[in-house]
Amino acid sequence: MLNYIWTGMLAAGFIIGMLNGRLDEVTKAALSSAGRAVELAIGLLGIMCLWSGLMNIAEKSGLIRAIARIANPILGLLFPRIRKNRSALGAIVMNLAANFFGLGNAATPLGIRAMGELQKINGGSGTASDSMCMFLVLNTSAIQLIPTTVIALRNDAGSAAPSEITACVWAASVCATIVGILAVRIFSGLERANR
Amino acid sequence: MNAAVFTTISSYAVPVIFIFILGFGMIKDVNVYDAFVEGAAEGITTIIKILPSLVGLMTAVGVFRASGALDYVVFILKPLASALGIPAGAMPLALLRPISGSASLALVADTLKVYGPDSYVGRVVSTMMGSTETIFYTLTVYFGSAGIKNIRYTLAAALIADFAGVVAASWICALVFGR
Repeated sequence: MLNYIWTGMLAAGFIIGMLNGRLDEVTKAALSSAGRAVELAIGLLGIMCLWSGLMNIAEKSGLIRAIARIANPILGLLFPRIRKNRSALGAIVMNLAANFFGLGNAATPLGIRAMGELQKINGGSGTASDSMCMFLVLNTSAIQLIPTTVIALRNDAGSAAPSEITACVWAASVCATIVGILAVRIFSGLERANR
Repeated sequence: MNAAVFTTISSYAVPVIFIFILGFGMIKDVNVYDAFVEGAAEGITTIIKILPSLVGLMTAVGVFRASGALDYVVFILKPLASALGIPAGAMPLALLRPISGSASLALVADTLKVYGPDSYVGRVVSTMMGSTETIFYTLTVYFGSAGIKNIRYTLAAALIADFAGVVAASWICALVFGR
């Protein structure tokens, strides 16, 4: 997918630049953007290290486990068929908790384990179960405690208050999550009605 | 709801979370500083891993912007954007976000530079970037790991949720900070 987007953007950029008579600007942008990417990476480096360090404390101290324990009964309501299955629900909750703290590296293995547990319940079928659909929609819309990357990008761009959008991010995430849960429920209800 | 509530919560969020995590670590008798340093090292790996794709994608976004092509895209999407209450300048990100995380990162950096991070468009793209995910990547990795071929309605539901996040980001930023 990215293969086409990347090539398409570059090709369209150079061709449209030629037609617009902006070839010099385009060439300049191509050369300076590469340097800008390195500057940006260095600009992000400090904040990324700071948060990764802080989040490692959260992980080592068992804070993520504690949050997962609190979230367990609530999430049980969203996964009625696997509520009794501790290892499946546990893996789901841990994945979402790790995502909540922005621990991308820790979240992915947990998510893969959750999918493995769900697939056991699913009997190795090639078709996704309702629990899998719900889990992935939650995973893609869930809240992040501190939107680290965005704050770092804003800081790099010279914002007067880089973290001022935090509460807006939470509110928008909550909207996305609620709509996602409703969408899953409606789609699975429709499929059942049509069967 | 009062808009000041949002900005107050935002300015307290980072310090409160810092204190809470450090405090929890101390109570649980974790060597907080060692854990911090160990975690911080991971930040370097993360950045180094994204650097090559960032070079490629920032170049593509830079070329696309400088040629005037991005302005055409924004112009074409303007009627759709205004119908939904989304600023036209944030539309390219809304389209790219579910597809690629690193391309979105490059686009956000570019948008913040062009419009300014504290402008309406700048705040909307920031909020969008923070509240939505790279859906295609996540679905590919997780369904792929479990060997699922038929994903049923998952993509549709995830895209609907993403769309709700995009619209919510625009409305909430307008409400809290004004346009």
